[in-house]
Amino acid sequence: MPRKGADIVIEALKEEGVEIIFGHPGGAIMEVYDALYRDGGIRHILARHEQGAGHMAEGYAKATGKVGVAMSTSGPGATNLVTAIADAYMDSVPVVFITGQVPTHLIGNDAFQEVDIVGITRPITKHNFLVKRIEDLPLILRQAFYIARTGRPGPVLVDIPKDITQKLSDVSIPSLEEVKESLPGYRPHLEGNLQQIRRAVRLIMEAKRPVLYVGGGAVQAEAQKELVELAELMKIPVTTTNMGKGAFPELHPLSLHMLGMHGTYYANMAVYNCDLLIAVGARFDDRVTGKVEEFAPQAKIIHIDIDPASISKNIVVDVPIVGDVKIVLRKLLEEIKREGAKLFFPEERQKWLEQIEAWKKKHPLTYKNSNIVIKPQYVIEQIYEATKGEAIIATGVGQHQMWSAMFYKYSFPRQFINSGGLGTMGFGFPAGIGAKLGRPDKEVFVIDGDGSFMMTMQELITAVQYRVPVKVAIINNGYLGMVRQWQELFYERRYSEVDLSVQPDFVKLAEACGAVGFRAEKPSEVREIIEEALRVQDKPVIMDFHVDREENVLPMVPAGKSYRDMILEDGKKAVEAETMYLVG
Amino acid sequence: MSDTIGSSQLDAVKAPLFREVKKGEVRKHIITLTVRNELGVLARIATLIAGKGYNIEGLSVGETHEKGISRMTLEVIGDDVVIDQVVKQLRKLIDTIKVKDLTDTPHVERELALIKVHTATPRARDEVLRLVEIFRCRVVDVSPETYTIEITGTEDKVNAFIELVKPFGIKEMARTGKIAMKRESTPQEEE
Ligand SMILES: Cc1ncc(C[n+]2csc(CCOP(=O)(O)OP(=O)(O)O)c2C)c(N)n1
Repeated sequence: MPRKGADIVIEALKEEGVEIIFGHPGGAIMEVYDALYRDGGIRHILARHEQGAGHMAEGYAKATGKVGVAMSTSGPGATNLVTAIADAYMDSVPVVFITGQVPTHLIGNDAFQEVDIVGITRPITKHNFLVKRIEDLPLILRQAFYIARTGRPGPVLVDIPKDITQKLSDVSIPSLEEVKESLPGYRPHLEGNLQQIRRAVRLIMEAKRPVLYVGGGAVQAEAQKELVELAELMKIPVTTTNMGKGAFPELHPLSLHMLGMHGTYYANMAVYNCDLLIAVGARFDDRVTGKVEEFAPQAKIIHIDIDPASISKNIVVDVPIVGDVKIVLRKLLEEIKREGAKLFFPEERQKWLEQIEAWKKKHPLTYKNSNIVIKPQYVIEQIYEATKGEAIIATGVGQHQMWSAMFYKYSFPRQFINSGGLGTMGFGFPAGIGAKLGRPDKEVFVIDGDGSFMMTMQELITAVQYRVPVKVAIINNGYLGMVRQWQELFYERRYSEVDLSVQPDFVKLAEACGAVGFRAEKPSEVREIIEEALRVQDKPVIMDFHVDREENVLPMVPAGKSYRDMILEDGKKAVEAETMYLVG
Repeated sequence: MSDTIGSSQLDAVKAPLFREVKKGEVRKHIITLTVRNELGVLARIATLIAGKGYNIEGLSVGETHEKGISRMTLEVIGDDVVIDQVVKQLRKLIDTIKVKDLTDTPHVERELALIKVHTATPRARDEVLRLVEIFRCRVVDVSPETYTIEITGTEDKVNAFIELVKPFGIKEMARTGKIAMKRESTPQEEE
């Protein structure tokens, strides 16, 4: 049946099971908004800025594992999406971005609100499309979803000229089979090579001091069961990256928590001294490795990843296994069991676990609490306790993000939502809104910095409009805290342009928007307002925690340095002598 | 002859790479791609390579016998680890169907050049014609002052020819990038 291109868009989205779109309208996308209105079958959330819409779609995707959808008009609408697109690209988040474009005959003419968004986003999308013929529209949309969610997931942009949304066509929506056939070069590899898997099994059984290093790929594959089984069966301690949080339960005795720049002492020591590193869906990011030459210097490396290009990109590995993390781990476990799950050096393995326990005891994650001024870590611990460790946490970027990674313990995948790769301030709040809309059954806390919150705080009104009961805890230190910390440590306290002591009254701001606002200035008030916030069920809550202004995130490995240069929580350098403990 | 070729290659090799070279010999690699001839595919490939900080030395594109499928030959300088990464990244692109590094595989490669040479004197005209004969290329345009010569062959052959006609004065020159294909047989007749 002939219908408008705009109706085809809605039809294709429904075919993909889309329930919710985050967006902002404008001239070039109006036909699609009209079709949305007439159809009434898909919910739309009107963000107040396209960046907000983009991060909401990301938060939704990260929390649910489904493909998020964000939509905007051409020109400035599309460029406002760019930060979210880049963010989704860096964290492999499946989001389809739909942008309006000027009519086909005006493309290239510097028409009103024209921008070459396909060109702009080429390096930050998994793939992107400009629709030139209405006949291609349904196939392209379905290709977009297929590409976004399969293989290594990622953002896909579809740019649709206005005249295409207006034209009539009776082209039908293609089947998934047709979609696959139309992409002859795109065949994600899922299975993992059996020979490599067997080599890995051998190394795992022979290792004396193995460590599992788990990243976001394991979260996406939802491989928690397999990871726990592998770790327990072979007695391997597990550290996760920032993106890998929740892939392995952090209360598990084998958990080493996070590694890298703000990793725990024991995770970094374990990685530095291990003789086998099993990387699972992790990409050896520089925030993890520090100085590459001194990263796991004695270790053989096994790398399991769905993206062949991730393997041996930053670090050359010994056993590469390309495939879906869950499928590969299953096969690996099968092989291990077939071999009788034996350890070649059970005593050494036991000694290794004891060594790790000793490291955990020596330098646990800790901070100096106070009963005069609120410590940011204390706020996060209190949120953890009040929510019994079951909330989804979304964060901005900065110190608060790292404290949220350290002092909340994550036990399920998709529980910790933050901007890992791009490090986008302003990500947390809209992402939290998207997460809450995707997971209404879960309590969602946004732990934000005062600086980060300011970047996308207009979405407060969006949360009010749609009655999204996210709880926002602003860790208000009156500084661009993380930058201040670097200035303190590496620039002799020259605090250049990081002072945020002039800020809005966040409680009044909340009230002005129709949300609820609380403030805590003393440690004794912290738990109280968290409990009060938890009682609010139909609107967003802002909690403004005035915290110690100059608290630092420690431990810390300075950028580009070795784990041996780690600064500990008492400000001292990591034990040079001890690092060498097992060398040779 | 091969000296001059060698040194020009060396210069390119010395050009700094953005990426730290990890191991292996830095040399020119020849990569062939089969791609869907979709909108922007060329831009996508160029953006990818430039965005990763790799040097593109040559790039040539043309349609194949199959509708909608194009073939590219790409020359990139780097060591084996770097090139391995380039190949993997190229394979990741949705529009690429096949990517191969032919450097260490027996292959046929050809380049085409059009060279307009000053030949105002009868002596020059004679000598250039002799070279054309020796190199088995063709004069495709003649004016009282110039010959325009078409030459195809390996990069070495084209370079050698250019060196020899340079003394006469080259007025204009255009070279295609290299195109390459895997050999199905053992090397037979060369040139
Ligand atoms: C969009 C953006 N601009 C700048 C930065 C650089 N940056 C990283 S952390 C940070 C400070 C963050 O301050 P705040 O949100 O208040 O968090 P805090 O560190 O104080 O917890 C800045 C400016 C960034 N990550 N993102």
